[in-house]
Order: sequence, then C-alpha cells, then structure tokens
Amino acid sequence: MERTTQRMIEIPRDVMTGEELWQPGVLSCQGCGGSLAMKLALKGLGRRTVIVLPACCMSIIVGAYPYSTSQVPLLHVPFETAAAGASGVRAALDIRGEEDVVVMAWAGDGGTFDIGLQALSGAAERNEDILYVCYDNEAYMNTGIQRSGATPAGAWTTTTPDKAVKEESKKDIERIMLSHDIPYMATASVAYPADIYAKFKKIRSIKGTKFIHILSPCPPGWQIDSADSIKVSRMATQSNVFPIYEVENGKYTINVYPEKEVTVKEYMKTQGRFRYITDDAVNAAQEWTDRKWEKLKGMLK
Amino acid sequence: MRQLLKGNYAVAEGARLCRVKVVSVYPITPQTTIVERLSEICASGELDAKFIKVESEHSAMATLVGASSAGVRAFTATSSNGLLLMHEVLHWVAGARLPIVMTNVNRAVSGGWNIWADQTDSISQRDTGWLQIYCESSQEVLDSVIMAYRLAEKILMPVMLTYDAFFLSHTTEVVDVPDIELVDEFLPPYQPEFKLDIDNPRMFGGLMSPDYFYEHRYTVHKASQEALEYYPEVCREFRDIFGRDYDITEEYRTDGAEVIVVTTGTITSVVRITVDKMREAGRKVGLMKLRMFRPVPVDRWRSILGNVAKVVVIDRNLSPGLGGVFADEVQAALYSLENRPSIYPVVAGLGGRDVTPADIEGIINHALSSDDPAGVPLFWGLKE
Repeated sequence: MERTTQRMIEIPRDVMTGEELWQPGVLSCQGCGGSLAMKLALKGLGRRTVIVLPACCMSIIVGAYPYSTSQVPLLHVPFETAAAGASGVRAALDIRGEEDVVVMAWAGDGGTFDIGLQALSGAAERNEDILYVCYDNEAYMNTGIQRSGATPAGAWTTTTPDKAVKEESKKDIERIMLSHDIPYMATASVAYPADIYAKFKKIRSIKGTKFIHILSPCPPGWQIDSADSIKVSRMATQSNVFPIYEVENGKYTINVYPEKEVTVKEYMKTQGRFRYITDDAVNAAQEWTDRKWEKLKGMLK
Repeated sequence: MRQLLKGNYAVAEGARLCRVKVVSVYPITPQTTIVERLSEICASGELDAKFIKVESEHSAMATLVGASSAGVRAFTATSSNGLLLMHEVLHWVAGARLPIVMTNVNRAVSGGWNIWADQTDSISQRDTGWLQIYCESSQEVLDSVIMAYRLAEKILMPVMLTYDAFFLSHTTEVVDVPDIELVDEFLPPYQPEFKLDIDNPRMFGGLMSPDYFYEHRYTVHKASQEALEYYPEVCREFRDIFGRDYDITEEYRTDGAEVIVVTTGTITSVVRITVDKMREAGRKVGLMKLRMFRPVPVDRWRSILGNVAKVVVIDRNLSPGLGGVFADEVQAALYSLENRPSIYPVVAGLGGRDVTPADIEGIINHALSSDDPAGVPLFWGLKE
C-alpha cells in the first residue's frame, strides 16, 4: 500500500497562482473547512461555473446584500432545492448554448443528507449534468449545532446533549449516491488540497451527475481549536473514518493512503464534541470504521 | 384555427405558442393531461423546450427558479396538493421577481381526498406575491397564458392562471388556436436585463438585513400593483391582434341592476345564463366576473359595485372560521364607500358539488328578499 506523499498535503502551485474566484473577506468562522473547500473547488473549476446555493453556512459566508465574495454567478435557492435549482440552471444554460459551463450545487450535510435528499435523488436519477457538492461539517452548524443524518455516533450536539449523545451512525450518503449509477462520485478533504483541486479539475470533462462529498471541519461545532481544523481533518482520513476515494463509472480508486495511521479513539480525542462518548461507543465506532474500510478496499478488486 | 380542445390541452397549446424554453411539471389529477401533452410536443419537437421530469411539485417550481434566473421563459402546471407543496418556492419566486407562468387546476385540498373543483388551493397562495387570474373557458385559459407572459415579463412578477377541475380541465370546447406567428408578434422573446451570466457575474437572492428587506418587499408590492396599469394595455393589444376581449374585471348586464353577483371560474357561465333568464323576466340582476384577484383591483370593484343596492359574492372556496375569501376581500374593498352595498356572502359548490342555474336563481332570490345581510356566509345547498 503506497503512502501519501508530501505532494498531496501541500497546496499545489496552480492553486497559489491561479485566479482567485472566492475573494477574501468572507464571513466564515476562523478555521472553517467549508470556505476553504469552496476556494479550492473554484480553483479547480475556473470561471465558467455557476454556483447554486441552498440555505447553509455558505449562504452567510458568501456575504450579505449588497456584497458577494463570489466571482462567479451565484444563485441562492431554498434549503431543500439545491439539486432541483441546479437542474433548472443547467436546462437554461443548455438552451442558451452554454453546455460547457459547470453548474455546481453546493450544499451542507443538512441540505444533502436530510432535507435536500429527495431533490438530489431525483436529479441523480435523471442523471442531470450537474456537479453536486456536499461540504459536510457533520451537523446543522448554521443554526447552531443540531444533529443531522451526517452526525457521527457518539457526537454531542445541541439536540444530542451530554446525557443523550447521538447513538445512530452517520448515514452512508456515498452508497446512496452510487445506487443511482451516477458517472462520478468522490470524497475529498480540506486536509488534502491537491486532491480536491485535481478532482474539481477532472469533473469538467465528465457528463452527467457528479457528486463530491467533502469533509469540512467546523471548529465551533466540533469543539476544536480553529488552528487545528486541518490537523483534525487529516486524522479523520488517517483513522479511516473518512477515506478519500473516487468511483468513476463504477471503478473505485482510493486516492489517499494516509501517511500514518491513527485509531478512531485518537481521532475522537482531538474533539470536544466526543467528550461524552463511552468506551463501548468508541469501540463500536472503531468496528464500524474498520468494517467500512475493508468493504471499500474490497471494492477495488 | 378552430379546434375542439379540453381545457388542459388548451393550456399546453398556450405554452407551445409562447415558445417556453424550460418546462418542469409533476403529474397530479386533474392536471395530468397537460403533462402528457407537453411531453408529446417536447418529444416531437413541436415545442423546442427542455422538459425536466422532476420528482415533485416542490422541485418543479425549484427547477424553474434556476431556469428563470438563468434568463429563459419557464412554465409549469399543477393542482391542489401539488400547489400546496410548492408554497415555499412560490414565495421565493415572487420575491426574486421571476416572471414564471403557471396554470393551476382548481381542485379541493385534502384531507379527505377530493379531486373535484374547489378554489381553496389557489386561495391559500394569495399572499405569496403571485398574480392570480381566474378563468372561465378553455379559450380564456389559452389566451390568458399568452397574455400572462406579456404581463409577467414586463413587470417581472409571476402569474398563476386558475380554472376549475373537470368542469373545464376535462371538458371539450371549441377553441380558436392562434397562429404562432401572430403570437410571436404579440410576445417577443424573453430578454431579461439581469440573469446568471458568466461574463457578468452577480449573486441573486442573498441575505438582506433589516436595512434593505423592508424596501425590497415594498418593491414587490409595487410591482404587483403595476399589473393594474399594464394588464388593460396587454388586453387591448391582444384584442387588436386576436379579436378577443378581456379585462381585469368583467361586467355583464350590470346597468340598472339591483343586485350584482360576483363570481369566478365556471360558475360565472351558470350565472350569466341565469342573469339572462331573470332579466327576461324583468328582474334587475347583473354579473361581475372577477378575473384578477392579485393584485386586488380595488378601484374597478368599487366602480362596478359602488352604486348597487346588493352584492352577492359566490365562493367556491372556504377559509374555515371565516367563510369564502372572495366575499371577504370584496367587502374589504367596498367598506370605505359611503353608500356601500349590502353584501351577501355565499359559499357553494365545494369539492365539485354542482352549482346549477336553479341554485343561482335561489341564491339571488334569497338576496333580493332579505333585508338584513348580517355578513354571515350562507352555505348554499348543504344537505341536512
């Protein structure tokens, strides 16, 4: 098994020098994974992109009227309509003869795993030529940290308080999306910027529904220091809690083999949101993670 | 060309003639035949449009938010529960000033399933900002689609056209389908000043603080009211080209009337023949057909109803705890008049219950013989 090289972790030269389509001055919290993910995504996609944005942290981060940090056209849409709104923009751009413009729905985990899942499933089933990105901070962070279908078992949120932390595992959105037979599905993490950049560059040439699931650390929600969000994200991959892989027309590739391995317990210990978890739940999380990782490796064959 | 068309097919013809570019529709009884017909004409190339076969009405309207924001003419059609599912997005569309046109087949709202004529579905959307126009015939539905785009794209507001389930949606009438070249002359291609544009990137629909939102809402209100100025102009131009006359509100034999019946939808036709019959018998009755319900044409209602002794308002809709909504709004519009008429609110025909000429005559006779309209709705034709 090859290990990740330093090159995967470093910010690629193109990203440093390329056109800045997500300008400074955003309203994100310090250490926000979501805003960094957007910046990297747009570096890969370039200017011929339209963003469709449902209610999520990013709808605040981008700026309030009359300001916008986005240098590409951006359409705000209702919470559960990212994929539907993007389908409509796609149809209109095709009518206008602008087939090369990428329409990117950019939604949080609430807008993807939960309230927006119906519209997303509809768009994926129709194989709409859109890119759907879920930046996943593993809870309803914009409304102040409530559990979502993406919240991992054992996590504290304001709706899974200390005496009743979340018992259910994270919903397997990747498997749900793959069951639609879409041409491209990938995971990514802000801890591996070269990988994000490459994936967003790549999708430009893929027709049909593309889905990218980005783990996006949230310092207030995860109760980590804002300086540690990259480190914690990297540990999510090092522990196999969040493997980085892609599935292109059914073919699986693991893109990041971590440079070192950590346990799920070590990963959880970095975050205040797991401070109420029991030893049994930690063990269950380790087993769940191992099982999923083995299953993923099995798909490579 | 004169054709025999059901109301729903007249709608599809209207969409075709307007050369809509994106269609996004989800089937629901009794709107379904519109979906089928649009599917056919998109597949055959008679209509050069993208047809998005969405998984719900909510997504139907949401896709049109995307399409219309990207600057193309967009169309959908729905009914009843489907319209209610769209509710959130309807507000969004009006707030975003997107000139989408939608037809709604007026069907009762469940629970307790009922698929027949009832206006409670569209009435429930009255505060969304959508303009609402109630139609009486298949010809009117078709013509209204064409006029609706002209109006919507001028004032940048969405327009909802409604007509009764089955009485119109599934009833075959003779309809004059205009030549598409004439429609092109009347309705130029949609070219919005602002749209999602790679060369001129803008953000649409972002967060507005209390410093801005109030004024934004006021501009939506003013835009809606512009329809009162502009729609008569649209109707005049339409008449000049196509020879058919429409207006915001229409009157029939109101001269010297002692009582005017206010109606919407297909009940209007029943009232019209009843008025003829009663006029022949020397009774002084007239009709006001309410077409545009949003924005409220207060001045028109006042000028038609202000000098009559009695007004009967028939509602095929119900706001439980209030009564019929048209009656409520007509009363509100007339209240400030010094010599306001006595108002007789009548609820009739809910859930597709037939309203016959005999019913209308009974309702009018009730109003004429009563001296004391308490403003309490009369529920006409309730079974014991």
